Amino acid sequence: MNATVVLAGNPNSGKTTLFNELTGGRQHVGNYPGVTVEKKQGTCKCDTGRFEIVDLPGTYSLTAYSLEEVVARDFLVDEKPSMIINIVDASNLERNLYLSVQFMEMGLPVCIALNMMDVAKKRGIEIDIPKLSSLLKLPVIPIVARDGKGKQALMAAVTETVGQRPEPLRISYGRDLDAALDEMEALIRPAEFLTPQYDPRWTALKYLENDQQIMDRGYRQDKITAMKLDAIVQRVRIHIAQTLDTHPEGIIADHRYGYVHSVLKQGVIRFFQDENRIQVSDKIDRIVTNRFLGPVIMAAMLMGLYQFTFTLSEAPVAWLEGFFGWVSAMAEQALPDGMVKSLVVSGIIDGVGGVLGFVPLIMFMFFGIAFLEDTGYLARMSFMLDRIFRMFGLHGSSVMAFIVSGGIAGGCAVPGVMAARTLKSPKERLATLLTVPFMNCGAKLPVFALLTAAFFAESQAQVMLLITLISWTGALLVAWLLRSTLIRGESTPFVMELPPYRLPTLKGLLIHTFERIIQYVKKAGTVILLISIVLWAMMTFPGLDENQTKAFDDQRSLIVSDLSREAVDEVMTLEDEKLTQAMITVKENLLQVDADQAGEALKNSAAGRMGRALEGITRFAGFDWRTNIALVGGFAAKEVVVSTLGTAYSLGEVDPEETGTLSERLRTAEGWGPLTAFSLILFTIFYAPCFVTVVCIAKETGSWKWAAFSIVFNTGLALLVSTVFYQVGSLVLA
Amino acid sequence: MERINLRQMKIGQKGIIQRVNADSELGRRIRDMGLIPGKEITVQGRAPLYDPVSLRIMGFTLTLRNNEADHIEVEVS
Repeated sequence: MNATVVLAGNPNSGKTTLFNELTGGRQHVGNYPGVTVEKKQGTCKCDTGRFEIVDLPGTYSLTAYSLEEVVARDFLVDEKPSMIINIVDASNLERNLYLSVQFMEMGLPVCIALNMMDVAKKRGIEIDIPKLSSLLKLPVIPIVARDGKGKQALMAAVTETVGQRPEPLRISYGRDLDAALDEMEALIRPAEFLTPQYDPRWTALKYLENDQQIMDRGYRQDKITAMKLDAIVQRVRIHIAQTLDTHPEGIIADHRYGYVHSVLKQGVIRFFQDENRIQVSDKIDRIVTNRFLGPVIMAAMLMGLYQFTFTLSEAPVAWLEGFFGWVSAMAEQALPDGMVKSLVVSGIIDGVGGVLGFVPLIMFMFFGIAFLEDTGYLARMSFMLDRIFRMFGLHGSSVMAFIVSGGIAGGCAVPGVMAARTLKSPKERLATLLTVPFMNCGAKLPVFALLTAAFFAESQAQVMLLITLISWTGALLVAWLLRSTLIRGESTPFVMELPPYRLPTLKGLLIHTFERIIQYVKKAGTVILLISIVLWAMMTFPGLDENQTKAFDDQRSLIVSDLSREAVDEVMTLEDEKLTQAMITVKENLLQVDADQAGEALKNSAAGRMGRALEGITRFAGFDWRTNIALVGGFAAKEVVVSTLGTAYSLGEVDPEETGTLSERLRTAEGWGPLTAFSLILFTIFYAPCFVTVVCIAKETGSWKWAAFSIVFNTGLALLVSTVFYQVGSLVLA
Repeated sequence: MERINLRQMKIGQKGIIQRVNADSELGRRIRDMGLIPGKEITVQGRAPLYDPVSLRIMGFTLTLRNNEADHIEVEVS
């Protein structure tokens, strides 16, 4: 037997665990068409057949409240799966069945997988499964998703009932609404309004529920019928407001819950203790969300996550660096000097290395986040921080993305932007992922370290703290600005479940982590490689012309003119210790010519020309063309600002970790002072995210528009802040 | 018996929902989560800054902001 089956259910009902159990990790992650909601698919092979399983997003209802609900509903209507496996949390039966009832109202074939029977038992809940099954007229199979118990029975039941089309469930919604539904159904049927996709009575119900999505569709298909239906709804609405002082939506929800309640009351469920009795979870919450202890524990958890990620990823990052260094060196030797070599070494190998360099970070970060999410702690963090983040138009869940991106200095915006996925509300999510790049990621730190060492050597720690405060303030204010202009709109309701604390399964965590990595490498990898090559070309071409190159060659010839051929070879190959003082001077002179040439070539490159052209604007912020080139290079990765400054100041390649000579050079360079340095620090905090982050923003928002926005807006903001600071500073100090 | 706003309930206090005034998106969300007339709720706690509030209903824990709780009228003894 071959069939497509969907897996649906409430969030936190064990849906993902069951999905992993059924598909055994052989799964494929994509997106639902046109939206950024994840679509997981996998194959379940069992004794009775082969099933294609689609994991619907977890929802509490199908009322099109959130994007997830819209997606779930559209999928059910458009794809008409041959079966819904509805996972239901036995310890939370009433609320879970509220969703099942809505599937049944749509006339979809449902099989209930009753999960967490063990938890229910512990809480003194007893469920009469045959009775539930006969009252709902559908199969109900007890399972334990965590260890796969009941999986065979579930799939056997699915095989048996698959493809059957049950009659849609009819619930009575009270006299007024039932009459209106009858009247609307009588209009819908002959007009073939929105049929056959939707059941006529279901369409009528959605009209009464004031469901904008269905109403828009109806209006587009058949204006006349749509308007007639609207008129009926209006009439009922007014009547109900006058007689019952409520809305049709309210009555519908009441009756749906009423139906569930009446089913359960017929001896399906028995409580041996008060269902709202204090559970272990509640006891933990008393400590963990306590007014005083809560914030302390939260800070410790965040620090812990941070330590975990950045400590553990240090070694693999170093291995990767070492590996790519080795590949680079091999290529360096194997290829003849010239453009091809430069492209391979600086463009391709560095590009691939750049893509993969983030993998260990993403791996450990998402393992940590998935752990916090699956235990239920993440929801508590949102709960505690919501009040603060809401003031800026964000959401309690935004905190994770900010911390990961470098809220505690040294994070990375790439996993940060990806961490914004834990936010279910689209507007808050967008505002979050557009502002997290302002945090101080690990790559900005060498830039800050260089500048503070050169100009604020006595108060480095205080300046670093100031930088952290500025980036948080800036990010929150920009979020607030965006939420009051471009992404304006009511804040998404915080009506959220605090799931009971649970110990996550290692399998679940690993699958989640590897999904993230594969997605990153597949989706972002190719684009990142491409941009890396473009940036390389910008920093390389058009290069120096023949005359200029010849001038540098002449300088070299002059330096070595009174040395023999063998002596020159010795200078170039031997260690410093084996050379005489005179020969070391020769070598230094030669290296200086190389550095000068590199500096000149950079000045002449496309990036260099851009830097010089922009000097007219940036000098108001205190930046000359050298700084501009460095900032252009910083778009590749922020630490490149340091090495490019080195090249621009003819110091040759500067290692971002070893900036002693460069800070020395900057201290004495013309046009540099504490004012310029701090202006550059401000600019570095706020300007365009590195392109890996930009690509991730594009992938996460599903639109290059927001990626472009983040480049243009952030750079504009940075220029404004730096210029104002520099100008005011110059006035004050003058 | 006294009818008050959910926002005014104290930690540990029990009550029966009498009315949900919100409509549209928020109203639908509130009702979908089971906050409907006739249900018993117990206020479980508040976030460190007193907002949002967490409560128990039908055997699970739910949070909502104070300005969302404003829409819910509860009868307490």
